[in-house]
Amino acid sequence: MFESLSEKLTAVFSRLSGKGRLTEKEVDEGLREVRLALLEADVNFRVARDFVQKVRERAVGSQVLESLSPGQQIVKIVNEELIVILGGESSKLVGSDHSPSVLMLAGLQGSGKTTTAAKLALHLKRDGHKVLLVAADLRRLAAVEQLETLGRQLDVPVYSEASDSSALNVCRRGVQKAKDIGAAWVILDTGGRLHIDDEMMEELEEIKKATSPSELLLVVDSMTGQDAVNSAQSFNERIGLTGLIMSKMDGDARGGAALSITQVTGLPVKFIGTGERAEALEAFHPDRLASRILGMGDILTLVERAQENMDQERAKEMERKIRSATFNLEDFLEQLHQIKRMGPLSQVLEMIPGFSSLSKRMSPEDLDGDHMKSLEAIVYSMTPKERRNPDILNGSRRRRIASGSGTTPQQVNQLLNQFRQMQKMMKQMSSGKMPRGIRSMFG
Amino acid sequence: MKSMFKLLRRHDKVQDGLKRSRESWFARVTQIVQRSRLDETLLEELEELLISADVGVATTAQIIERVRDKAEAQRLTDTSDAIELLKQEMVSLLSAKGTSIHSGQPPASGGPLVILAMGVNGVGKTTSVAKLAHYFKEQGNRVILAASDTFRAAAIDQLQAWGQRVGVDVIAHNPGGDPAAIAYDALEAARARGANVVLIDTAGRLHTKLNLMEEMKKITRVLSRLDPEAPHETILILDATTGQNGLAQARSFTEAMGCTGVFLAKLDGTARGGIVVAIVQELGLPVLFIGTGEAVEDMAPFDPGEFVEELFSPIS
Ligand SMILES: Nc1nc2c(ncn2[C@@H]2O[C@H](COP(=O)(O)OP(=O)(O)OP(=O)(O)O)[C@@H](O)[C@H]2O)c(=O)[nH]1
Ligand SMILES: [Mg+2]
Repeated sequence: MFESLSEKLTAVFSRLSGKGRLTEKEVDEGLREVRLALLEADVNFRVARDFVQKVRERAVGSQVLESLSPGQQIVKIVNEELIVILGGESSKLVGSDHSPSVLMLAGLQGSGKTTTAAKLALHLKRDGHKVLLVAADLRRLAAVEQLETLGRQLDVPVYSEASDSSALNVCRRGVQKAKDIGAAWVILDTGGRLHIDDEMMEELEEIKKATSPSELLLVVDSMTGQDAVNSAQSFNERIGLTGLIMSKMDGDARGGAALSITQVTGLPVKFIGTGERAEALEAFHPDRLASRILGMGDILTLVERAQENMDQERAKEMERKIRSATFNLEDFLEQLHQIKRMGPLSQVLEMIPGFSSLSKRMSPEDLDGDHMKSLEAIVYSMTPKERRNPDILNGSRRRRIASGSGTTPQQVNQLLNQFRQMQKMMKQMSSGKMPRGIRSMFG
Repeated sequence: MKSMFKLLRRHDKVQDGLKRSRESWFARVTQIVQRSRLDETLLEELEELLISADVGVATTAQIIERVRDKAEAQRLTDTSDAIELLKQEMVSLLSAKGTSIHSGQPPASGGPLVILAMGVNGVGKTTSVAKLAHYFKEQGNRVILAASDTFRAAAIDQLQAWGQRVGVDVIAHNPGGDPAAIAYDALEAARARGANVVLIDTAGRLHTKLNLMEEMKKITRVLSRLDPEAPHETILILDATTGQNGLAQARSFTEAMGCTGVFLAKLDGTARGGIVVAIVQELGLPVLFIGTGEAVEDMAPFDPGEFVEELFSPIS
């Protein structure tokens, strides 16, 4: 029913790109669709309006409209502006010059603070720091037990007090405790609250004053709608944030909230949460998110994940293959196998150029279960010659392969189309037109 | 039962902030009303108003289209008439589908009414289950809770603490246990103890994780051994701050579990929960209850008229 922002934009701009010259009116029509797509992606309506305005200013009155590929030029502008709003560079956690550095979390109820606290603890621990978690959510029932359980699982100490204590006292003594045990970082998990609740916002102010955190991060549910801007702005005005963490990015939320908040507050997104496990925390890369939003894949994250999950040798080989675009259907199959080990295939495919639309059309179940099997079956039903040179696959060969693999000719065609698309994208990359990510693809 | 209207006004401590944010909202509505004529600009502004309440592009367009047609047919020229028309349009949309859940009536087949709460992570499932337990208990029902979130750390402790607070029994196994087996035990226990409402709290799951959605279906399969109709209600808990993704959530949970209605939690903030309008329009699911705070009393049956009034008016 609803297409994703990336699919929408891709559709709009491939239409624009197809045209030679654009009139102002045509640009406005295209930009209207951009605005609607942004709104559908939960970008705040004011932000969406300003965004389109800005793109329009850059497009009209420059030489864009007279250029040979005005549509592509506009895509380039949209992409650049997206990255500008999302914060340009990815940013790191900032510690204080004396130990322990305090990292304080805040957010609305249910945004994912406790899980995020545990994820950050693991992240810092893996970087070789000693970490203490402080359970300062005394309001939600069993929130302390939740953090204690997570701490045990990760082998990170948790400081907590009885439920009749106050959040302020817990935090104060928690930081002292961190000092005592020589922890480099202490993470304060505070209770969720509404930004319009004065009393509770005051509590956050007090905790901030008492512990002087070097990082005060707002955890924002990536599924948040138009109100994201209101709450983030209130939190920021009231307690002065240093950055954002977008949670639950592993769903199909379009992430417009991230765009809106960064635009309105100027705060950087520092991490994104991509799953329930403690490992599921990723550094945020604005250019990658922009390209994900535009449906152009995210080759860098893919390669990084490959490196985490395979030995160096194979990772290099994989990168070489992806970049050299010399691979055939045999490599394709092997790659699917390798990729499968990097996580749910549905997630991984999102990151491969040209594949994000494929993964959207298929359910994760298809990708990770039966569909994977039929992909395999199709390739196995080809002769070695066909695998190495898919161009020879005419109608009758395709029918033979379909019946041999228990699939339909449509499925075979689909596979071949996707394979071609992937090959094309990779050729563009390897020819130097797209050295890093996709930015220059529009140039 | 307190009316939804009163509930939204009840929170003194959040009054000020709420007032502020709703005032700026109201200022916009007033501005719109003060426009002298019903014209395209007015309709565009109304469109923006709905979009900023998370109603969504497509649903908003459809509603505005209907208002435009009717205004033309009735030859309306007054702005306030147009706004009245819009309100009516939305109320009738939101009232479309009835439900018997508010009375806590036992299912036609007899036996306890089994209600399953489901939704993505952190939307307010467990709290809403506690609220429903309180609500049905107040009506004179005997309620049993099933702690079928065996996945999230300390989820069982959380529900047990609520059970104690509300004064209802909680059936629980150990962390990592089988959610379906717990639901089964709860229904059996309800029969043995003469309870007439069973509320099942499930683990939060993103609607895109098909294996987790599949896992939830098992609860239905196992329950059907005791009662082929159970669960009689499968309620999607939705966070009022949710944007357009709420529609995808409703769609997936309906596909997997045959969702019978929506509990709109966290309506006490500044978010307006307009995504339920899109859900009603697109999927025809009724909105059953609203949650307006963290205590068990902070809930009420959904009232379309008051919901729409809230959408368009400030707090007084
Ligand atoms: N302000 C407000 N907070 C609410 C409301 N309903 C729930 N909450 C809060 O939202 C947070 C999450 O609620 P839970 O009931 O634990 O949510 P859940 O969906 O069970 O969460 P998981 O089981 O972790 O997926 C808690 O801090 C609740 O107090 C509401 O109507 N208003
Ligand atoms: Mg829960």
